[in-house]
Amino acid sequence: MLDAPLTETDAQASLRRSEADNPSSLVMRFGTDAPLTLDAGPAIAPWQIAYQTYGELNDDRSNAILICHALTGDQHVASTNPVTGKPGWWTLMVGPGKPIDTDRFFVICSNVLGGCLGTTGPASTNPDTGRPYGLDLPVVTIADMVRAQAMLVTGLGIDKLFAVVGGSMGGMQALQWAVSYPERVFSVVAIATSYRHSSQNIAFHEVGRQAVMADPDWCGGRYLEEGRNPKKGLAVARMAAHITYMSDRSLHQKFGRNLQDRDALAFGFDADFQIESYLRHQGMTFVDRFDANSYLYVTRATDYFDLAADHGGVLANVFKGTKTRFCVLSFTSDWLYPTSESRAVVHALNAAGAPVSFVEIESDRGHDSFLLDIPEQFRIVRGFLTGAARARGIAGPTAEEAR
Amino acid sequence: MTDLADLTSDVRIDLRLIAGLIEPSSRVLDIGCGDGALLELLERTRGVDARGIEISQDGVNAAVSRGLSVIQGDADSDLVQYPDQSFDYVVLSHTIQATRNARRVLDEMLRIGRRVVVSLPNFGHLDVRFRLMFLGRMPVSKRLPYSWYDTPNIHFCTIRDFVELAKDVGAHVDQAIVLDGTGKRLPFSLPWIVWNLLGAQAVFLLSREDR
Repeated sequence: MLDAPLTETDAQASLRRSEADNPSSLVMRFGTDAPLTLDAGPAIAPWQIAYQTYGELNDDRSNAILICHALTGDQHVASTNPVTGKPGWWTLMVGPGKPIDTDRFFVICSNVLGGCLGTTGPASTNPDTGRPYGLDLPVVTIADMVRAQAMLVTGLGIDKLFAVVGGSMGGMQALQWAVSYPERVFSVVAIATSYRHSSQNIAFHEVGRQAVMADPDWCGGRYLEEGRNPKKGLAVARMAAHITYMSDRSLHQKFGRNLQDRDALAFGFDADFQIESYLRHQGMTFVDRFDANSYLYVTRATDYFDLAADHGGVLANVFKGTKTRFCVLSFTSDWLYPTSESRAVVHALNAAGAPVSFVEIESDRGHDSFLLDIPEQFRIVRGFLTGAARARGIAGPTAEEAR
Repeated sequence: MTDLADLTSDVRIDLRLIAGLIEPSSRVLDIGCGDGALLELLERTRGVDARGIEISQDGVNAAVSRGLSVIQGDADSDLVQYPDQSFDYVVLSHTIQATRNARRVLDEMLRIGRRVVVSLPNFGHLDVRFRLMFLGRMPVSKRLPYSWYDTPNIHFCTIRDFVELAKDVGAHVDQAIVLDGTGKRLPFSLPWIVWNLLGAQAVFLLSREDR
């Protein structure tokens, strides 16, 4: 078990609570006249979507890029996270002079539906009851997340996005955009992602959800009203998931069998090994910034993701007639969303006659590579966006050599 | 004696020739497109809808960074993904010698494209024959810089061999251009045997006879 005390300051807890309803980022609120329909059946209204923007929209509104975040990411792609105080999660990719160049593009990043940083999710107040939704929020899907984003984009006065970019679950949303709104997406960059969740992917998520729900502090999902927080369960869920984001090789290189703050084995169940200490740290810092029920919802959304399911199981039919340009990237050591799954997307796009670029990037840092400083990735995204911008007739990212 | 390197290192002639065979605004798939030099030339000068496949990661990275629609893939295994007649031209530029099953690759190209462009170094060229006959060594050059034991070029052929293969897969040679060691076109009136001896490289435009 986690031995360190999992205490949380009241300030942190209340900050997280307030961000759920009143985010410190921009937020677009939709009333009962603009309900959000969900794949699960019911529509929700009122509802809201929290977002950040960077750069300026050009006169003909053709330079907008939507960035979709991964499982536990947020809208603060290139701005300080209000809960953790840490810099944006993709500042290597997004910013002035970066591949997603905020000097050239109008960049939008929104918190996903089911998230906990200001877009309607299980921690948001249910307008019918005045209490947090908890599990009363219908289960959401990747397509629902994209539908919510489309309403935001429309609300911002943008008809067609120049690009939708995302890694991991963000890549699923990017692909879903091309399927749900083919006329509204000029190009898609899908990194370290898949067209569906595999049995193994679902299995890991189920371990995480069971850990959350087994925590007595989860209270059947009503912990917010009880003034409790299933931190131990959520921390274990994060620990298990974190292993899947790294490769065997990168774990071994980073930690090996090194001992933590000791010279010899302690013959006990404290964190003898550095890897144990590292995972516990990952788990504990995660629970300070993320809502346990949100974790259930976003993992469920990815589990339900299967692009081919609505097209007779034939992936090629999914993209039939698409005019969108695609860039698909995978990493050699990513075993969570292995290259074979990106390749299946690429083959389907080829069969559909879509323009597609595909590279498998050499990296031994596992699934997390897409968030790390892998120069090849940035060079390729910059090149792809440059070519796409030329085709769209807008200014592309600043040339690398000019920086 | 002219080095084989000098015969084949003039990339621009090869690319210009291929570009000259391709109608503007058509759909082109370049198999083994390397860093995308030909695709970029075709996009810029012919306004084609250009796609590429390249096996080496360095090549794909360079091509995609140029903004080209290029995927990492293998001519021997990945052509099955493309629908019949989905391109106006399928190009195989100095790549056929690196395929495992050249016959199947050519067959697939003729299925995918209305027309097929193949350029190849001629292993029947005088210089190659000279090296083998008098020096007794496999030719190594700037353009084909590999030693026989670690080369990706496993299926070299002569111009005549290729014409036979084309016939074998039911392809019609619509056009054939043969360049000598200095990059000059050999006159069309010369017989095949002269082309096969003096041609350093050749470019073929093929189509299926039954189509």
